[in-house]
Amino acid sequence: MQFAFTDEQEEFRAATRRFLQEKSPTTEVRRLMETSEGYDADTWRQLSDQLALPGIHIAEQYGGGGFGMVEMCIVTEEMGRALLCAPYFSTAVLATNAILNAGTDAQKANVLPDLASGKRLATLAVTELNGQWNPHAIELVATPDGNGFRLQGTKSYVVDGHVADLLVVAGRIGGTSGDDGLALFTVRADASGVERRLLPSMDPTRKLARVDFRGVHADLLGSGTDGAKALTRTLDQAAVALANEMVGGAQTLFDSAVNYTKLRVQFGRTIGSFQAIKHKCADMLLEMELAKSAAYYAAQAAAAEDPEWPALACLAKASASEMYLHLAIETIQIHGGIGFTWDNDTHLWFKRAKSSEVFLGEPYYHRELLMQRWGV
Amino acid sequence: MSKMNEADVRAEVRAWLAANWDPEMSLVAWRNELVDSGWGMPQWPEKWHGRGLPVGLVRAVEEEFANVGAVGVARSGVRLLAAATLLEHGTDRQKEKYLRRILTGEDTWCQLFSEPGSGSDLAGATTRADLHGDFWLINGQKVWTTSAHHANYGLLLARTDWDAPKHEGMSYFVIEIRQPGVDVQPLKQMNGHASFNQVFFTDAQVPTDSLVGRVGEGWKIAMTTLAHERRGADGLNVPTRKGARAGRMYEEERRELETANQPYKWYPQRAGRVDLILDRAKETGANKDLHIRQEIAKLMILAKSAEWTARRARAAQQQGRPQGPEGSLGKLAASHVARACARVHTLMTGTDALLSGPESPRNGIIAEILISVPAISIAGGTDEIQRNIISERVLDLPKEPRFDTGPFRNVRRN
Ligand SMILES: Cc1cc2nc3c(=O)[nH]c(=O)nc-3n(C[C@H](O)[C@H](O)[C@H](O)COP(=O)(O)OP(=O)(O)OC[C@H]3O[C@@H](n4cnc5c(N)ncnc54)[C@H](O)[C@@H]3O)c2cc1C
Repeated sequence: MQFAFTDEQEEFRAATRRFLQEKSPTTEVRRLMETSEGYDADTWRQLSDQLALPGIHIAEQYGGGGFGMVEMCIVTEEMGRALLCAPYFSTAVLATNAILNAGTDAQKANVLPDLASGKRLATLAVTELNGQWNPHAIELVATPDGNGFRLQGTKSYVVDGHVADLLVVAGRIGGTSGDDGLALFTVRADASGVERRLLPSMDPTRKLARVDFRGVHADLLGSGTDGAKALTRTLDQAAVALANEMVGGAQTLFDSAVNYTKLRVQFGRTIGSFQAIKHKCADMLLEMELAKSAAYYAAQAAAAEDPEWPALACLAKASASEMYLHLAIETIQIHGGIGFTWDNDTHLWFKRAKSSEVFLGEPYYHRELLMQRWGV
Repeated sequence: MSKMNEADVRAEVRAWLAANWDPEMSLVAWRNELVDSGWGMPQWPEKWHGRGLPVGLVRAVEEEFANVGAVGVARSGVRLLAAATLLEHGTDRQKEKYLRRILTGEDTWCQLFSEPGSGSDLAGATTRADLHGDFWLINGQKVWTTSAHHANYGLLLARTDWDAPKHEGMSYFVIEIRQPGVDVQPLKQMNGHASFNQVFFTDAQVPTDSLVGRVGEGWKIAMTTLAHERRGADGLNVPTRKGARAGRMYEEERRELETANQPYKWYPQRAGRVDLILDRAKETGANKDLHIRQEIAKLMILAKSAEWTARRARAAQQQGRPQGPEGSLGKLAASHVARACARVHTLMTGTDALLSGPESPRNGIIAEILISVPAISIAGGTDEIQRNIISERVLDLPKEPRFDTGPFRNVRRN
């Protein structure tokens, strides 16, 4: 197992970071979170054309960069750090991986080049009104119909569901339960019977939509209705990517907290000279580095197809969620009153931390899944 | 320096072991060969029993040793802290005299730093060393000294100048423990063991050539020892031996470890025995309780993350990058792990946690874990001191205000 990034990976990270620093200052985050699209088309085009980020982990034969999980996680970490508002997680992490995991060669060749080039946006619709990320909770019904399927049901909390051109939808054959009869389908967002609505959300930097499917025509992804494996694998990959996004975001919070303690003067000294604050910072650093280690390790394990990686995905997700939120809370605390104002940037990351805690399943859920996967 | 590659190193070690390893040799004879070969401490300089190998390749050597079950150099106790300090600051004569016997395990060492009046504030030491011709005369008292009762040598921090500022008036010595004027008294711990001691000095003698570094450099040199102590406490495990274990040498090594580890008998518990947790959960049926499952998962996440963080620090070193913050966080992490582990053990053990001795779970091991854990966050520098180090040296936050400047003579103390 690798415990350090290679020089090439470090260079890739540096280039990505430079780009994001320039394109995603907090003024831009604040502007985009107020829009309903939630992203800037020019920036998206540039990050696709100049850095080829959406296809970083797609094989070259399908128009991608031919890299893997580690590189994808470097991207999400840096995006988390810059809080970039863009449909990357939905298109590149969720939808692309679902297609890579479940699709036939022909389907991949057909769809992936457009996603890799950033020309089209996509997302994965898993959760329904009950908000559960466990695939067993899926109720949306898929009924065979001529050369395809018809979907009936509602998906909710679909990231970027309102702007995606292509929806990858998890559904099940009527009358099945558990892992049985689960399958992934592709649906054009403009197909008749699809109705999408942007949901007002607590974290306006990550847009969520509700999507109704009323007898919509859909194509089966792959060749059978044994999609549970591909879906689970996709969600595990997403958990690893999200863990890395979270440690990136936490680093920004931490840096801002430490900087502030060196500037703010009370009682005739900088607050960073008070041991209560110094020790808080030391503890925050420890917590962050531990979660970072888990996120990096999970990414390496997934890239290496280590048999334990699905368990480690849960470990990393649970660890990063708790750490991120705690760091956000402590960062506000260290900023004092100003930390609770709209003008201070901390709340942008605080809200992302809060939404990341729940997105893809809460820490409680992932710890339980970890234990099951470890056979305890 | 040419770039050494891991495969070459492994091949070379394997060949050397194939030609030399023999479990029927005597332990000391084998260790002497090992010291001559440089494979016992491959990261040390060639002049001093090593091979000048980059730190990152050491693990490969250790794994090759583990694969054939070969015994390594002596490592337990304060030995390697002494070695690291002497390597950096000792004279050639001192290195010659001490290093080999440290590695062969013939000498045991202890660390005479803490005093009743100065633990965290080590620079407040008042044990004195006064020069009388060829000797320094030592007077004063040390405390909590692990292993002093079976050590041949001690690393001694003593005050040599009372008019210099606190940190500049101390010097660093190697002192022979078994000599007149050194009185070692066992000190009973809250867990019932007596692995540490009080050590009283009454006109004990230290020859002038046992001064390490120069007079007044004691604090600077002590920092070397402490840095190695913290790193050693980061909770990384050495690979376990796989090969066959029959042979005269194993028997001798077992006896050596028994003595050396006697003070640490309860110390296997130092990390709270995370390794037992999953087994114990099944054994006690605690794995069926949803609440306990959550607590176990939290603990395992913490312990695994701490292990990977230590590995990241090492990997960064291997690549020649600065260690990054991971390095100094290890000891604090280990302390969190130990506490969390004790909590989960109690949760799983339930009322049986009230028992100790043969009737208690796992024949007393669990009880020992539960009552030994407080040591981890105190020994080798408390959690608070680690946080000070992290915030001041890693995060560059302002230093604590000082009230102990000027001549040490005038500084307020216990
Ligand atoms: C099992 C064990 C083995 C040991 N082995 C050895 C050994 O072999 N050799 C040896 O020399 N010593 C040894 N020690 C001693 C150990 O290093 C000291 O006990 C430790 O450094 C703490 O010092 P103290 O006990 O004087 O506590 P104090 O320094 O009196 O600390 C009391 C409390 O005050 C806090 N505190 C002190 N200063 C600060 C500060 N600046 N900021 C914030 N909080 C502060 C501490 O964290 C602690 O909570 C051992 C101790 C134990 C428990």
